[in-house]
Amino acid sequence: MKSARQLPSKPTQSVISDQIFDAVVIGAGVVGCAIARRFVLEGANVAVVEKAADILDGASKANSAILHTGFDAPPGSLELSCIRDGYREYAEIHAEMGLPREGSGAHMVAWSDEEAAKLDAIIKQAHANGVEDVKPIEVRELFRREPKLSKNATAAIDVPGESIIDPWSAPYAYLRQALMNGGQVFLSCEVTGGDFDGSEWHLETSGGRLKSRHVINCAGLYGDRLDNALLGATKFNITPRKGQFVIFDKAASALVNSIILPVPTSRTKGVVVCRTVFGNVLVGPTAEDQESRSDASTDEAALNALISSGVERFPDLEGMPVTAVYAGLRPASEYKDYQIDAKPDVGWITVGGIRSTGLSSALGIARHVYKLYTEMGPTHSAIAKPSVPTTAVLAQCGDRDWRCKDHGEIVCHCELVTRREITQALTGPLGARSMSGLKRQTRATMGRCQGFYCAARLAELTEGYFNKPPSDEISHG
Amino acid sequence: MADLILGGKKQIDVAVIGGGPAGLAAATELKHRGISRVVVLDREPEAGGIPRHCGHIGFGMREFKRILTGPKYAKNLVLAARTAGVEIHPSTTVVEARPNGVLLIATDEGTEEISARRIIYATGVRETPRSARLIAGSRPQGIINTGALQSMIYLKGQKPFERPVIVGTELVSFSAIMTCRHAKIRPVAMLEENSRVTARWPSSLYPRLMGIPLHLGSRVVAIEGINQVSAVVIEDASGNRRTIDCDGVVLTGRFTPEASLALCGHLTVDHATGGPVVDQYGRCSDPVYFATGNLLRPVETAGWSWQEGKLIGNMVADDLDGRLPTSEKELPVSLTGPIKFVVPQRISLPLSLSGMQNFQLRFTHQAEGTLVVRKGADITWSKQISALPERRILIPIKALLRENAGDLVEITFRQTAG
Repeated sequence: MKSARQLPSKPTQSVISDQIFDAVVIGAGVVGCAIARRFVLEGANVAVVEKAADILDGASKANSAILHTGFDAPPGSLELSCIRDGYREYAEIHAEMGLPREGSGAHMVAWSDEEAAKLDAIIKQAHANGVEDVKPIEVRELFRREPKLSKNATAAIDVPGESIIDPWSAPYAYLRQALMNGGQVFLSCEVTGGDFDGSEWHLETSGGRLKSRHVINCAGLYGDRLDNALLGATKFNITPRKGQFVIFDKAASALVNSIILPVPTSRTKGVVVCRTVFGNVLVGPTAEDQESRSDASTDEAALNALISSGVERFPDLEGMPVTAVYAGLRPASEYKDYQIDAKPDVGWITVGGIRSTGLSSALGIARHVYKLYTEMGPTHSAIAKPSVPTTAVLAQCGDRDWRCKDHGEIVCHCELVTRREITQALTGPLGARSMSGLKRQTRATMGRCQGFYCAARLAELTEGYFNKPPSDEISHG
Repeated sequence: MADLILGGKKQIDVAVIGGGPAGLAAATELKHRGISRVVVLDREPEAGGIPRHCGHIGFGMREFKRILTGPKYAKNLVLAARTAGVEIHPSTTVVEARPNGVLLIATDEGTEEISARRIIYATGVRETPRSARLIAGSRPQGIINTGALQSMIYLKGQKPFERPVIVGTELVSFSAIMTCRHAKIRPVAMLEENSRVTARWPSSLYPRLMGIPLHLGSRVVAIEGINQVSAVVIEDASGNRRTIDCDGVVLTGRFTPEASLALCGHLTVDHATGGPVVDQYGRCSDPVYFATGNLLRPVETAGWSWQEGKLIGNMVADDLDGRLPTSEKELPVSLTGPIKFVVPQRISLPLSLSGMQNFQLRFTHQAEGTLVVRKGADITWSKQISALPERRILIPIKALLRENAGDLVEITFRQTAG
């Protein structure tokens, strides 16, 4: 096995931990968080290393926040089985963990006869995929359910199981549960190299060295590079696919009831219009292949096209204020299916090419990866009564903190974020270490004024927490 | 739900949402008119509104006959209101505004439903953020509005950057430059999309621009930077692009009413102004609700908002006395031509001499021509004008008194040929 000493890095002599972990998960995106949780619940001694100061800083920071049923996933694919398993497990655990799930249902709407002609096959495929409640719906019934939808719709199918969720509180809860039950996380630790000595991996990171019997590569947009660097080869190549989104003002949420899906093309699932659990309306994503793995910039033409596309479907969106725009990068590879691959001889599992359904499938991927792991030999006994984390309620329909007394003050007026929520988000092993981390945990500044009113107060409340030297940012779970 | 945070003890006659110049003026006027219980609800820790963080001078001539700094002016307004007997409740957020004058409020003590005989919205304006301007590029730190810049510098002593680009040339844009100067921040450029500066700014401000290159006909097409802003790409009228190195962007002006309560509630909102639709008395589509100040339209000075607040306070006092004409018929006001908006958006009949004296208009772009008001088939008013964007144009409402015909007020603009 080749080592990675050729990587441009400053080798540190410090040791993060004396322990020899059963598994180290590289990358704290939604998939890494779910895998850490599954491994810890099964009784493994696990550490997560993440190069950013906060978790969910790569592909997981921007998506459409939908929990998919898998009705339109490729038949027989690993993606489909992981989505099905992930969907099932989220349904089981979300209430106990305080995670939101709004069963808004989806409608796949055809806007031309050509699109309408494709719907039968999509229903057949949904049934074959095990999503049996997918059925055609009369347009009259569609307009009854969606009175503000453009009357140009020609046909539709009903997908009652599709739901909207909070894309950030879920993975935070997964990793919190891992930490509460013995897992560890090391933030601001970029893996710079590593050697397998026949029984253990000696990983070098920007925060120090650590040892583990197994490594799970959940490096998302950098998954292929990590395989190349530490194994000397990769079976896939990531071509980031950028998705831009437009978020409309909360006033728009009165217009939209369900998730409005387009009829997909061979290349993309297309532009979705739906409410978010935070009470806005989302339109997106675009699908743009690009070279850069970090450039999530937006462009005016694409954003205007998304706005027009939203207005085409819901004419009353015309003139509705835009609250936010953003772009995310999906770690697409040259393959359609996920690239999940175990290398038992070196105790390594690559979890790559999770191109767009990671939020829905993460819990299912975690089960699949744990199975691959046990097939390599290790056995653990599952924690009998694992601790369950509570989650700050951010969903609009939930019992938000501003309703409860002694919250200190309402800091962010647009999203009604309290000082108590800010303080809580700054503390603990996953305490926010960057403004974007704080936003994902609290929604502060994500509302219509984007910080006009509260930026100064927030800067004051977070003083000393952000932009510290990386060595100070490591959290020793 | 908590009890008696501020409700309970005594019927609230008027609840004013927002304690800036307009809201405080309305509340003070209501007390002067003998209204018993008038409360101002402000979500900030201190009432006073935007002037609280405008550290420079230029406030108070109309109200106090003296030139004051923003913070001093805000303090004086609060003091005047308190002296008149207004109850001011800071750190009190109105979360929902419902029919029949019911408000859901939230404070550190919990939530409470209160009701008032009349509600006055005076929630002001904010600047349009980067997202709603659809400015392309990456999303680094250092992109803020003037409001955030001023609260950072004047209220909290923070310094978000050293060499920002200032986007916009409204009055507030020059205020942003003065704020930068105050904190020894050196703006590297000022950008204006139009071919001329928007603000009619006092000549005394010219020297303040010294050393800051002004780029007219230029707009930001992209922002660059990973953690902090590193540059902006600008494009001129002929499509030429260039990059300006900087470490921040101040997005000034392009004010938009802070109308979220109305937008998410039951009142009719005018997409053109972004604020609630009102008649000449400031009365909203639900006659229990009134609105005043910059919430009605972007954007006027603190002094103008104060005067308007005083007027609407009077209208509400009249209404509580049973002296405000009830709307027997409504005339909607329609616009054609490059007119961005009009306030009031409808006229309640029968016309009386009280209420707003003028229609306030703004134009979308610079234009010269004839502005005409028709009621029914008859021209009731017309004038040759030269309009500039973001500058107020006034049309006397009493011009409508001359004619009785028609169900609609039409304001049209015919551009001068050539």
